[in-house]
Amino acid sequence: MKPHRRQRLAVILFLLITVGSGVTFMLIALNENINLFYSTEQILTGAAPKNKTIKAGGMVLEGSVERSPHNLEVRFLISDMQGHSVPIIYTGILPDLFREGQGVVTEGMLEDSGNFRASRVLAKHDENYMPPELADMLNEKHVQNKSWSKMP
Amino acid sequence: MIPELGNFSLMLALALSLGLAIFPALGVRTQNVVFMRTGSSLSLGIFFFMLGSFFCLLHAFVNDDFTVTYVANNSNTALPLPYKISAIWGAHEGSFLLWTLIMSGWTLAVAVFNRSLSTDITARVLAVLGGLNVGFLAFLLFASNPFERSLPFHPQDGADLNPLLQDFGLIVHPPMLYMGYVGFAVPFALAIATLTAGRLDSAWARWSRPWTNAAWAFLTIGITLGSWWAYYELGWGGWWFWDAVENASFMPWLVGTALVHSLAASEKRGVFKSWTVLLAIAAFSLSLLGAFLVRSGVLTSVHAFAVDPLRGVFILVFLVVVVGGSLFLYALRGGLSKNRANFSWQSREAFILSNNLLLVVSAAAILIGTLYPLFYEVVTGGAKISVGPPYFNAVFVPLMAVLFLFMIFSPFSKWGDTKLDLVLNENKWWILVVILGVVTTSYFFGNNVFFYGLLLKSLGALILFFLVKNLLQRVKNLSASYIGMFLAHSGIAVAIFGVVITTYYSEGKDVRMEPGDKLDLSGYQFEFFGVEKVRGPNYLADQGEILVTRDGKKVAVLRPEKRFYPVAQDVMTEAAMHVTPLRDLYIALGEPVGEKAWAVRVNVKPFVRWIWFGGLLIALGSFFTLFDGRYRAMKEKAAKLFPLGVAT
Repeated sequence: MKPHRRQRLAVILFLLITVGSGVTFMLIALNENINLFYSTEQILTGAAPKNKTIKAGGMVLEGSVERSPHNLEVRFLISDMQGHSVPIIYTGILPDLFREGQGVVTEGMLEDSGNFRASRVLAKHDENYMPPELADMLNEKHVQNKSWSKMP
Repeated sequence: MIPELGNFSLMLALALSLGLAIFPALGVRTQNVVFMRTGSSLSLGIFFFMLGSFFCLLHAFVNDDFTVTYVANNSNTALPLPYKISAIWGAHEGSFLLWTLIMSGWTLAVAVFNRSLSTDITARVLAVLGGLNVGFLAFLLFASNPFERSLPFHPQDGADLNPLLQDFGLIVHPPMLYMGYVGFAVPFALAIATLTAGRLDSAWARWSRPWTNAAWAFLTIGITLGSWWAYYELGWGGWWFWDAVENASFMPWLVGTALVHSLAASEKRGVFKSWTVLLAIAAFSLSLLGAFLVRSGVLTSVHAFAVDPLRGVFILVFLVVVVGGSLFLYALRGGLSKNRANFSWQSREAFILSNNLLLVVSAAAILIGTLYPLFYEVVTGGAKISVGPPYFNAVFVPLMAVLFLFMIFSPFSKWGDTKLDLVLNENKWWILVVILGVVTTSYFFGNNVFFYGLLLKSLGALILFFLVKNLLQRVKNLSASYIGMFLAHSGIAVAIFGVVITTYYSEGKDVRMEPGDKLDLSGYQFEFFGVEKVRGPNYLADQGEILVTRDGKKVAVLRPEKRFYPVAQDVMTEAAMHVTPLRDLYIALGEPVGEKAWAVRVNVKPFVRWIWFGGLLIALGSFFTLFDGRYRAMKEKAAKLFPLGVAT
């Protein structure tokens, strides 16, 4: 093989290996870091995995919010308004527009006890807004989106 | 009356844009110079009517004309005047008006500053820009018209601007961002023009460079401001979230960064021309993709605008036409430039190539992560997922670390070949000293030492070290573009320090505090005195009072607020900060959790300002390079007049 061909081959091999390993690495990272959304019904029927980061959403049931008098722990129930409600435990500051009777999406892990320990709570920031996940779940038609309040 | 005038102005601008898309191109086709030259007056007309239309909307906002639906939805009589003005770009329709206005501004700028281009290339560039203007204006008029009226039953008062947007950051962030997004239309149009003309030469790269650098600088400022705004206004102290819309602005930035560098190689050495053209197309396509993601509502995000399927479809079709058309053209003509590359693997060309490869790969990784939820939903028939920040960090940070490694060599790299072993040999003790310096300072000033942090900080310090060393060596022979490079690269190093130190050494706590409660954090003591009611121009607020002391000495009294905006029925957190160059004290009120107890977030964030200072340095550097072009043009003129007098 001529020298310049050998060099070209080396370059191509180098590129293939870099790109190949890069893509593999990327896909692994992607698969490890996706969070699936589950409805409260799926959680109650056991379709959602336990002790794995997932998202759950629903309406905060009226009168279900309980605060600890000592720290920032708060417990509430989210429901699909068809009788499936899941208890959420969250420690921290709730988003500005967290209200009883309104939609939230929570991110966290489902514990063996059936409690959902949330690490993040997202609440809508607009009267008309419904997160797409929730909207689909509750079969709402009109979806309007302005902005989200976010909590790390 | 005035809103109708605005609407009519838009129609005229659309008509002129159609003319701009057609006549100069026709002139090129028929070799008719008169037609080719119509571009400049048409561009002026478009800009004039766009500006007129913008002022009409401004007039409606300032005078509280709530018969205009857009004004009624986004303003209120009680809204302070600066926010009435910035409310113009506070939601979808008006912000797209701003976008289109900026587009017409760039078009006019091209029509004015085109001296060094031939008449037919100018005509082609303006025709492409005209076509883009047509698309944007049609979208504005038919799918998101800000002048629509709600007659005869119009509301007595407006629904108010989203409180999150009532802030200085939002006054400046969108215009800067759009200047960048839309600015990439110019190198894009030039790339298309050269492809259709079949002349990929160095003149094209030389002409493209200042435009690309300017657009990229604006985009840099836009992203920096966005991050800063998110930090104090909605991020609760975070400064980057890998949110879909942040990614939408970051992808064109990364590809734009690659473009800025490969254009340099194309201009100076005539290499990578086809690749550079592809990057120019990609940068603008990603800008459009960003617009699609933000405005169609396909992705959930903090910034997403109102969802309207028609708008999504319109932008998608526009995106497909622009991207598909330009890539098709590229496939036909892109291979025209045949040049044998003549450089070693240690040359500046090779470094720029690695820079491009890494930047494009990281942009691609972010693109995959951003769009993956969409693919997933389609493939699985409706399952919803989100891709979390860990993915982006895991992929992006290592790529950047390699990029920074290459960056170290950039100041003394040479076109053609660099004697890398000589440079390393000459500096090996310095390199050791710099790394040891980083390690020891980290050991003494941080309470923890992290390998990744040390690695990145060492890279940043080495980048800075070689930049300064090189600057001192050639201090008598500095060009504007060299200073630009120096500033931009130091900006990266500064930002690295900011990001790494903030990420690893920030301390924060969310606590329940009653009046009299004290909290110790990072050597500071925070004492909570309680909350009292205060009244703002259009809101009521609970204002907390917190005394910060260090070793018994007073540092600051911070007053974070929880604001309630009665018109919009919105609650908003207004954090309070005490800022020094070396750290931020950041306090935000959560919600009341008892009789007098509040949830309080307390953060101590070292070096966080360096992130945005670095961003501004990068933009400043990029603006600096613009002066070089003018300098060179003057020199060329002088060289023509006095052929022997001026050496280059």
